[in-house]
Amino acid sequence: MKLRIGAIADPGTSIVNRTGGWRSEKPLIDHSLCIRCFNCILYCPDSAVKYSEKEGIYFDYDFCKGCGICANECSGRAIYMVMEEK
Amino acid sequence: MGVYRFEGGDTVKNLFVSGHRACAGCGMAIAVKLILEAAGEDVIVVSPTGCLEIVSSPYPETSWRVPWIHSLFENAASVASGIEAGLKALGRKHEAKVLAIAGDGATADIGMGPLSGMFERGHDITYICYDNEAYMNTGVQRSSMTPPGASATTSPAGKVSFGEIHPKKDLASIAVAHGVGYVATASVGYGLDLMRKVRRAIDHDGPSFIHLHTSCCTGWRHPSSKTIEISRLAVLTGLWPLYEVVDGEITDVKRLPKRLPVEDYLKTQGRFSHLFRMEGGEEIIRRIQAIADANAERFGLDLEG
Repeated sequence: MKLRIGAIADPGTSIVNRTGGWRSEKPLIDHSLCIRCFNCILYCPDSAVKYSEKEGIYFDYDFCKGCGICANECSGRAIYMVMEEK
Repeated sequence: MGVYRFEGGDTVKNLFVSGHRACAGCGMAIAVKLILEAAGEDVIVVSPTGCLEIVSSPYPETSWRVPWIHSLFENAASVASGIEAGLKALGRKHEAKVLAIAGDGATADIGMGPLSGMFERGHDITYICYDNEAYMNTGVQRSSMTPPGASATTSPAGKVSFGEIHPKKDLASIAVAHGVGYVATASVGYGLDLMRKVRRAIDHDGPSFIHLHTSCCTGWRHPSSKTIEISRLAVLTGLWPLYEVVDGEITDVKRLPKRLPVEDYLKTQGRFSHLFRMEGGEEIIRRIQAIADANAERFGLDLEG
C-alpha cells in the first residue's frame, strides 16, 4: 500500500468497515413503549441508533455490534435484545 | 451553560463515525463520541498511543471527522502544545481549539512529564484523560490508575496476592497543584454532565483538564451491556466523585442522596471477583469502602448528615 505524505487519511473513512457482522444479538424496539428519552442514541458506542420523526428510533444494523447498552439504558424498557440467526 | 439534548436525526453531529474497531460496548468510544458532540467541528485533536488510536485509525481509514493527529505514547501534551503555539504564531488561534484525548497510561504514567510542562507553560489546551484503569490495549497490564484490589495481568490476584496494591494517583489534584484554572472529573455514565464539562473546559482560557472515568468491558470483565450502568455505580458508591475545581476552589460536587456500599460496584466486575472468594477478601473490601468514605468526607458527597 502506498503511504501518503504524513500518512493522512480522508475524514470518516472507517464507515466502509461494516461492524454489524460482529453481532450475536440484535436490538429491537417496541415503539409503543418509547418515551423518546434518547438514552439509546446518547450511549450507543457505534452511533448505530438513529431517530426520525416518521420512523421513531431505529437501528443501523450495518454497524450495530450488539453490545446491548441501548436495551440496558432504555427508560421505557422499549428496546430488547434477541438472538440473531444468520 | 448549554443544555444538551439529543433530538436524533440531523442534530447529532456524528464526528466520530461508525466502523471503528472498538469492542462492543466500549466506554471510551461512547466518551469520545460525546466529547466531539460537545466540542463541535472547530477542534484539532491529539491522541497518543492507546486503544483510542488503535481502534480509530487503521490506515488508510479513520473514524475522525475533525483534524486528528497521533503522537507518541508520551508526548500528546507536547504535540498539542506545539499545535497551539503554531496557531498562535500564524494568527489563526480563533479558528480552532486544541484538544488532547489520552488514556490513563499515557497521562498518569508515560506522559506525566510533558503534561506537567503543558500546564506550566499555560497553553490554551483542553486535556482529557479517559481513565479505564489499566493498559487495556496491550492486554490489561496495571497502570498507576488501577484501583487497589483489582486484578490485572501484571498484578494478578492469586493465593498470595489480592491484586493491585497501590492507590490511584489523584490526577485532578496534580492538575490543581499546577494552578490549572479549570479541572473536572467526569464519568461516561453521566453523558450530559460530561458534555457540559467538555464545553466549559474548551471555553476556559488557558489549560484545562478533565479526568474521565470510562468502563472497559473487556478489561473489567463485565457484560458489554453494563458499561454505562457500572460507570454510574462508581459514582453512586463514592469511589468516583464528580466535581469541578475552578481556580483552585472545589465547586459543583455531585451529591448523593443515598450512597451505595462499594460491594454493589465491585461485585459487577470480574476483576474484583476474587475479593468475594479469597480469604481476607472482606478486609480488602473494607479498605476500598474506606476510600469511598474518605471521598465522601473530602467532597461532602452525602446529602444528609
